[in-house]
Amino acid sequence: MFHIIGERINTSRKKVREAVDGRDAAYIQADVIRQQEAGASYIDINAGARIGHEREDMQWLMEVVQEVSTVPLCLDSPDPDILATAYDRVKMPPMINSISLEKNRFETMRAFLRGKDCHVVALCMDDSGMPKNSQDIFERAKKLVEGLEETGIGRSAIFIDPMAQPVSVDTQNGVMAFEAVEKIMSDLPGVHTIAGISNASYGLPERKMINRTYLGLMMAHGLDAAVLDPLDRKIMSVVYTADMLLGKDEFCDNYLSRVRSGIIIA
Amino acid sequence: MMADFDEIIDALVERDQARLSELVETKLAQGIPAGDILNKGLIAGMDIIGEKMESEELFIPEVMKAAKIMGAMVGRLKPLLTDEDTGVSGKVVIGTVKGDLHDIGKNLVVMMLQSAGFKVFDVGVDVSPDKFVDALIANDADLLGLSALLTTTTEMMRQTVSAVAESGLRNRVKIMIGGAPVTGEFSEEIGADAYAPDAGSAVRVAKSLLS
Repeated sequence: MFHIIGERINTSRKKVREAVDGRDAAYIQADVIRQQEAGASYIDINAGARIGHEREDMQWLMEVVQEVSTVPLCLDSPDPDILATAYDRVKMPPMINSISLEKNRFETMRAFLRGKDCHVVALCMDDSGMPKNSQDIFERAKKLVEGLEETGIGRSAIFIDPMAQPVSVDTQNGVMAFEAVEKIMSDLPGVHTIAGISNASYGLPERKMINRTYLGLMMAHGLDAAVLDPLDRKIMSVVYTADMLLGKDEFCDNYLSRVRSGIIIA
Repeated sequence: MMADFDEIIDALVERDQARLSELVETKLAQGIPAGDILNKGLIAGMDIIGEKMESEELFIPEVMKAAKIMGAMVGRLKPLLTDEDTGVSGKVVIGTVKGDLHDIGKNLVVMMLQSAGFKVFDVGVDVSPDKFVDALIANDADLLGLSALLTTTTEMMRQTVSAVAESGLRNRVKIMIGGAPVTGEFSEEIGADAYAPDAGSAVRVAKSLLS
């Protein structure tokens, strides 16, 4: 099953920021319900954009979202302290977004995760910055998995993010991510791979076309989770169609029923 | 003799390396000073490319290609250039603030500033306020460029601006900031001089700050 982390509840989006600023619960709840209906398996909450208000915004959003959510939350912050407070307020085991190999983050997050019931997004980022090649990404993934397993987080709870980098600045960046995902999925069996599919298209026009193609290619190399907008029908159509083309949809049942119900559009 | 650099500018904007190379050789053979070819031809061409990037007529890969061609031409001219010919636009210290390891945007700005005739001292990523101040002093810089991609590290921009003020350099050094979570409003709030939303406008902003 392909995991979809619905990315819409993010204060860097103007309408969400305004809703959070005005404490407009109805707007947020309507959005969450639509994301769930569209197939989100997690609802991401990122309250980072109103500088200085992240803690109170995160708490308010969690309260409001959990009044209507039927799927787990994905708690999204670079700040381990914010994640720890947020964790205490979840109603279902959440996904924690994220841990990385950066020194000050790795140990703090490991300490926090010890004994917790949750899934974790693990970024292939360390103190030297972004990874340089696919082998580098794989080595980082391995370190993350070993470090997390040691704290009691099982492989099936780990979602490795290979850190997709823009193709505009280096045309080999796409291939680098494809190779990394393939190696992670084959050499670290049981682990998941996840990507924010809009990073690759930075700096180029018609980004949605790139995002859709990129997602399909990543799935062909084994990607089984993505952070995306489930209300974007065209990208969701790629998810379902790729699943079928990759042999995961017996007798094309899901594809056909989604075409008939108007969910899949060309 | 009046030299016309329109063709050189055009060849660079069109990213036609073969034609540009030929035009540069012709100018040199005519006795046109290398410094004029650089500053009135190549840098003028990159200025146009920066504007076209800002207006989204050109995209990052095209700008990178132009900068690469420009670099090859500068390599050709280098033995013929004097100290006065280079770094005419100003001296810039640039880096990503402490706690932040993102460098893609910063590297694009570095590339554009270099192509626009600035002497650029790139101090890298995860740079502390003190290290920025040291680099400003060591390089006698006119301009400081700060980059941050994370909302959590924009606060470090404020601390870096304060550190520059405390060092007594603030009246000699202009500060510009950029990065996804940064806005013009935030730039004013923390006492920076300007905000640039992309690498194309960074050149324009840098030039206007130092003019």
